[in-house]
Amino acid sequence: MSSIENGKQIFEPRIVAFFCNWCTYTAADLAGTARMSYAPNVRVVRIMCSGRLDPQFILSALREGADGVLIGGCHPGDCHYQEGNYKALRRFTLLKRFLSSMGIEDGRIRLEWIAASEGDKVQRVINEMTETVRALGPLHLEAMSIERIEDMIPSELKAETVAASGGHHE
Amino acid sequence: MSPARPDNDGRPKVGVYVCHCGVNIAAKVDIADTVAFASQLPYVTAAKEYKFMCSDPGQDIIQKDLRDGLIDRAVVASCSPLMHEPTFRRAMTEGGGNPFLFQMANIREHVSWVTKDKEAGTDKARALIAAAVERVVLHQPLQKTSVPIHPDVLVVGGGIAGIHAALTIADAGKKVYLVEREPTIGGHMAKFDKTFPTLDCSACILTPKMSAVRSHPNITLWSYSEVIGLDGYVGNFKVQVTRKARYVDEEKCVGCLECIEACVYKKGKADDEFNLGLVKRKPVYVPFPQATPLVAVIDPKTCIEFKTHKCPKDCVEACEPKAIDFAQTDRTEEIDVGAVVLATGFKTFDARRISRYGYGKYPGVYTSLEVERLVNAAGPTGGEIVMKNGEKPKAVGIVHCVGSRDEKTNRYCSRVCCMYSLKLAHLVKERTNAEVYNFYIDMRTPGKGYEEFYDKLLHENVHFIRGRVAEVSDWTMTPEEEGKLIIRAEDTLIGVVRRIPVDMIILSVGLEAQPDADNVRRLFNISCSREGWFLERHPKLAPVSTFTDGIFIAGACQGPKDIPDSVAQAGAAAAEALALIDRGRVEMEPNTAYVTEELCSDCHTCSNICPYSAIVFNEETEKASVNGALCKGCGTCVATCPSGALQQNLFTDEQIFQEIKGVVSYV
Repeated sequence: MSSIENGKQIFEPRIVAFFCNWCTYTAADLAGTARMSYAPNVRVVRIMCSGRLDPQFILSALREGADGVLIGGCHPGDCHYQEGNYKALRRFTLLKRFLSSMGIEDGRIRLEWIAASEGDKVQRVINEMTETVRALGPLHLEAMSIERIEDMIPSELKAETVAASGGHHE
Repeated sequence: MSPARPDNDGRPKVGVYVCHCGVNIAAKVDIADTVAFASQLPYVTAAKEYKFMCSDPGQDIIQKDLRDGLIDRAVVASCSPLMHEPTFRRAMTEGGGNPFLFQMANIREHVSWVTKDKEAGTDKARALIAAAVERVVLHQPLQKTSVPIHPDVLVVGGGIAGIHAALTIADAGKKVYLVEREPTIGGHMAKFDKTFPTLDCSACILTPKMSAVRSHPNITLWSYSEVIGLDGYVGNFKVQVTRKARYVDEEKCVGCLECIEACVYKKGKADDEFNLGLVKRKPVYVPFPQATPLVAVIDPKTCIEFKTHKCPKDCVEACEPKAIDFAQTDRTEEIDVGAVVLATGFKTFDARRISRYGYGKYPGVYTSLEVERLVNAAGPTGGEIVMKNGEKPKAVGIVHCVGSRDEKTNRYCSRVCCMYSLKLAHLVKERTNAEVYNFYIDMRTPGKGYEEFYDKLLHENVHFIRGRVAEVSDWTMTPEEEGKLIIRAEDTLIGVVRRIPVDMIILSVGLEAQPDADNVRRLFNISCSREGWFLERHPKLAPVSTFTDGIFIAGACQGPKDIPDSVAQAGAAAAEALALIDRGRVEMEPNTAYVTEELCSDCHTCSNICPYSAIVFNEETEKASVNGALCKGCGTCVATCPSGALQQNLFTDEQIFQEIKGVVSYV
């Protein structure tokens, strides 16, 4: 997606957000009630708790064409289901490490604790995230194929790997 | 309008209904465009628009399509599901469909109200509608289960709101536990002498209600007690209450107060909390003579027996019913209730935070609550307005908006201060004939008889100066000013800075959330606004409900409020609680988790992660199963299960994957 500003094409990223029902989704509703306008790039998928967030949802969003993924949950200690947000944090941390080793920039996935009263934080985070992802540009997952990753391995290391694996790597 | 495809080859038949919400949505979303877009989405057999989908004619459109067999499931693109999902689910049921073959696309709160550009808004609305259609195709018809409701109610906080709520519920024949952390109920209202605008005696209207609480057969009053734990869910809460040791047996004490008379301390020793430290109290005390329950308390911090164990214990001697028990300890009781009303009240703003007003520095500066005690006939001065130096003031300045409407402290208006300042101005004038100066920013007197009260004061020779006070000092300029406090303020109506010498200053302190409101809200699993007030489910349509079913709020814990509003809200909260428990059973949202046994590998990951112990393993089959009554539908186990054996109703992996595809793929 792109839009035209001052005659120049600017990239409009697509961001999928997973907001928990009790805090962040409610905060996004509050941002609406308070008419806090923000970038239109984020589309929210409601889940009951950030603990419901399966890492596959993030991967699926990126695979389907999202340029970034935003996750919103209750502040630590505030989870409607006691500790689902802690589970989300653990999964997020692991997945983020995995994604960065895949070459997906840190700025493309973001986790924020946003309480039901923090409509202004929804506005700020969505605007910031949109700008960050816009600056990173489109996520070209297809370009991150296995060949490209192999290209990133220094040639002397590659020789070792090839030798160690018996000369072929199907 | 889409071409109807009623048969749809036996596949799901989705109706999409786009709401204009007047111009709320239509101004930023091209409705005709989204309808045309929706009509060509897979499985969509009807795509329509209407001004207000939530109205009866709007719901009729869905119901007619259901009855005509045009659709078997629906997507309504309108406001937030938190607003109208129950409305449309009901419409689905009444139209003969299943309420869960339904999905909302939030194109108002999440689109039209937050997007400037109509084209971008329309794009986003299309994406959300596509996602809802993709998802609803996979919805399964579900049945709500219901569980019985425990008929007892817990009311937390024994101020006027808690008292009124407890009495209303008890009068309806339900059992109520009223838990108050102070030794007596009555709250702030018990401290006042008169109430605005009628100037009726606060005690005369409050104490009969307090004794009604005490004697009501349906009310269990636990004062000097605090809720420390809450488990369970709507209709079935388990509550732990700590009953603090008062070292006086409540069952035995008859309220004769002989122990207080007999105490080895002949004078007060500790700050009297009820009188805001204006006087001292003894280690054994009752907060005030009409305290309810009228049972003495011993303060172990000042009682000599607790310190030295060598007190002659004249109190024990004096107590005929042998109620004094130095060995008493805190104890915790567990109760079952179906609903909870929180009425935990407020605290007044700490005037020390605005140091330029000199509170705590100049003895002549008082807070309004302290003056409430001074003008109270049952207060430390017997209702005489005498200052700490023993003199009656000849000039009094009342400073409005202390800790209210101020960027540096609280931005909100505390709502009651203008009116109570007028009341205090009247009482001070009446009892001392002093010159009274009100320094105000704006006079805010909305309410029945309130503006009339302001008018009355305007004719009572009370001065009104429009301007925020800059500072209070003792910098005198003439010998006559010696010993006086000088108020400097700009009189914005005549555009001059004025210096006014007075003897006494009353700081009209604002209302703030209780300092432990954050802990209380966590305990009861509800939310707070930014300022710390408990958050209502909807500011207009659900003002006493919270996002946690079965927990209701009343009085100033929800926001600054005067007595009439607190009582009205308490009545509303009581009615909501009664409406809930009188149903006898509560329907549970069927978004619980379930296990596909063939996939379960008996790894126990899910049962370790479930915060409600809702997952059990069958030792014989070595398979997990979910106890639907305990599962609250967070879905954490579903995300955790390594083999995909767990799924969550209404939030299956497939449904969420399709929703993701929908938001990303079409636009």
